[in-house]
Amino acid sequence: MEVCNCIEPQWPADELLMKYQYISDFFIAVAYFSIPLELIYFVKKSAVFPYRWVLVQFGAFIVLCGATHLINLWTFTTHSRTVALVMTTAKVLTAVVSCATALMLVHIIPDLLSVKTRELFLKNKAAELDREMGLIRTQEETGRHVRMLTHEIRSTLDRHTILKTTLVELGRTLALEECALWMPTRTGLELQLSYTLRQQHPVEYTVPIQLPVINQVFGTSRAVKISPNSPVARLRPVSGKYLLGEVVAVRVPLLHLSNFQINDWPELSTKRYALMVLMLPSDSARQWHVHELELVEVVADQVAVALSHAAILEESMRARDLLMEQNVALDIARREAETAIRARNDFLAVMNHEMRTPMHAIIALSSLLQETELTPEQRLMVETVLKSSSLLATLMNDVLDLSRLEDGSLQLELGTFNLHTLFREVLNLIKPIAVVKKLPITLNLAPDLPEFVVGDEKRLMQIILNIVGNAVKFSKQGSISVTALVTKSDNRAPPDFFVVPTGSHFYLRVKVKDLGAGINPQDIPKLFTKFAQTQSLATRSSGGSGLGLAISKRFVNLMEGNIWIESEGVGKGCTAIFDVKLAISNESKQSGIPKVPANPQHVNFAGLKVLVMDENGVSRMVTKGLLVHLGCEVTTVSSNEECLRVVSHEHRVVFMDVCTPGVENYQIALRIHEKFTKRHQRPLLVALTGNTDKSTKEKCMSFGLDGVLLKPVSLDNMRNVLSDLLEHRVLYEAM
Amino acid sequence: MELVQMQKSLQDYTKSLFLDGVLDSQFLQLQQLQDESNPDFVSQVVTLFFQDSDRILNDLSLSLDQQVVDFKKVDPHVHQLKGSSSSIGAQRVKNACVVFRSFCEQQNVEGCHRCLQQVKKEYYLVKNRLETLFKLEQQIVASGGMIPAMELGF
Repeated sequence: MEVCNCIEPQWPADELLMKYQYISDFFIAVAYFSIPLELIYFVKKSAVFPYRWVLVQFGAFIVLCGATHLINLWTFTTHSRTVALVMTTAKVLTAVVSCATALMLVHIIPDLLSVKTRELFLKNKAAELDREMGLIRTQEETGRHVRMLTHEIRSTLDRHTILKTTLVELGRTLALEECALWMPTRTGLELQLSYTLRQQHPVEYTVPIQLPVINQVFGTSRAVKISPNSPVARLRPVSGKYLLGEVVAVRVPLLHLSNFQINDWPELSTKRYALMVLMLPSDSARQWHVHELELVEVVADQVAVALSHAAILEESMRARDLLMEQNVALDIARREAETAIRARNDFLAVMNHEMRTPMHAIIALSSLLQETELTPEQRLMVETVLKSSSLLATLMNDVLDLSRLEDGSLQLELGTFNLHTLFREVLNLIKPIAVVKKLPITLNLAPDLPEFVVGDEKRLMQIILNIVGNAVKFSKQGSISVTALVTKSDNRAPPDFFVVPTGSHFYLRVKVKDLGAGINPQDIPKLFTKFAQTQSLATRSSGGSGLGLAISKRFVNLMEGNIWIESEGVGKGCTAIFDVKLAISNESKQSGIPKVPANPQHVNFAGLKVLVMDENGVSRMVTKGLLVHLGCEVTTVSSNEECLRVVSHEHRVVFMDVCTPGVENYQIALRIHEKFTKRHQRPLLVALTGNTDKSTKEKCMSFGLDGVLLKPVSLDNMRNVLSDLLEHRVLYEAM
Repeated sequence: MELVQMQKSLQDYTKSLFLDGVLDSQFLQLQQLQDESNPDFVSQVVTLFFQDSDRILNDLSLSLDQQVVDFKKVDPHVHQLKGSSSSIGAQRVKNACVVFRSFCEQQNVEGCHRCLQQVKKEYYLVKNRLETLFKLEQQIVASGGMIPAMELGF
């Protein structure tokens, strides 16, 4: 029998003890066996357990311990040798395993402990992340609100809508009780309550702008918490609320167009701000959170920009409307002006002829009357009639000329003439009056003054006559000197006029000096104005319409020249000077416009073969009659085609009517040119037309015509034209 | 004597035509062209003028009475008439034609009708007067006298 360590108890007294031991051992065994089972069960259940080996070891250890105790059960009574053997084996095994386990645990336990620390650490981290998540979510929500607000605000360009929307959206997003906007007044000294959220028609509160609380808010771009009792926050009568909600105010810069630089955002150098005041609901114990303040600041900025855009748009719309109005007004004015001009031109065109005809009739018949036998009284009456009508005719001519001049429709009629003769003629015309007034006139022509020049003789004479006439008119005593010279440089010319002789042109300068009434230097500019008379009443008796100088000035301008008057004062006489551009004529003999028609039978056109083309039967007949009377042999055709067919080298001249509108008439000239390639075979081509302005002449020239005649042609005209044509083979003259 | 009387009345009558503006200096030119080799020049031309104008006025009346007036056709007629009348010196007719043409340019039907009436009026006037003139001349020639040359300084 094995002896175990347990003291063998005495049988009766120790039987109880043994029983207890027996039971305890049994229970220990059971516990020992069940613990590993539990362990295994739960470990199997959990997916993660790093120390399986330890568990196995532990399990083994426990099982063996349990086995030991179980086997103990049999050792209380006498037991066989196998039991003792088993017992020993179990105990040995248990010892081994437990020692191994103990050794193992030395390594394991620190690990297990650190797991715990890590777990704690992770939990902290998770809590932190949670917090941050919360923050981010709040921010994201704020951003969403801002975007939505901005969208609302910027979706309209109307100022009021912008502001109203801002307040409404802010109110909604932040669940405000009241939201208000104070705008600066025009004077800039006060803030006026312009918009509120809840009240529909805010009473016009104003607060002075220099309040400390306002300065505080304007001083920073951030939202500032202000006291609910400050004047800007007291928007409604306090109705017994216990705790007014917190109030925040932020400045809204009012930007002007000039604030926007390309590269940097508008400098807030603008001094104009509006004030936005936001109130949380009372009695809600809500606080302003940072993200809400940020929201408010961002919105304030956006509002500023939106307002500026709206302002700019308003501005440009207004400008555009103004421009359109002005455009329309200008258009109407222009059309009215055009109508007026057209009406006047029409009137002039008709009156031109209508007025002149009766005038001529009066003058002609009065002069005829003068030739008859009259009593002295009758003669006097007739002379007066003649003088008055001459004056009237001159007056009419002046006015009509001036109107045409102003139109720009007047063109110079250039021709070759003798300059020296012109001056002498003028003097001859003036001499009678000068002699009567005892004013000696002298004429000085410079030695280098060309004799034959090309220019508008009639108008040049008109100018000189006018100037010299004025000199005679306004002088009571003294002498008058007329000097004509070629001017090379601008000595004493007005500063804006430069004399540049070009090619065969030169500038003729005429100086008329008198010692008469003189002119006040201040009046000199007015002299050339139409209808202005500057002389005093005493000298008013001399007639004239005041147009003379104005017309002369226009003629001088047409001749690319300049005219001015110098005077040292009243009573000191005056000098009138003008420059005009003339061309030096190459012809050394007197030719050009024949003033006196040749003797009737002087030139013989006997047998001259001519061809007349005119679609109009009557004028064809008249032209033929004219030419037949002059002795020509006339063939007539009535159409272009017929003309081309009939024309031959025997015909010396072809007269073609080009009155009918259209260029076909001129084409025939080209065709004739084509038909007759040799110049001496080609007949001369003359156009008969209803108007002889520059454009018609140019057109005729461009189509190869040799001359232009105005219909209806007079006999003398036709005669002169034919003789000139045949002599020179070219003629460009209107009548 | 009667011849002198007739000559004087012819002269007065002619003068009145000029003074009234019915004829202008172009008519004088025509008269100057009349000589022994061409004794009936003036009456020939005037007769041709009458024939032409009658035709043109007819055409004009027809054209203007259309529903839709074709101004492109009316204008050349008026132009013709203007040319003819100015060739013989029928001043008033010519002036009326000028106005007529401007209305044509504006395509103003009302105005054209009025002008046509005016032109007709002037034309019949000058036709009348010229016919009277020729009758007077014939009377003088029949009595063996000479038609005095017209001298009027214009």
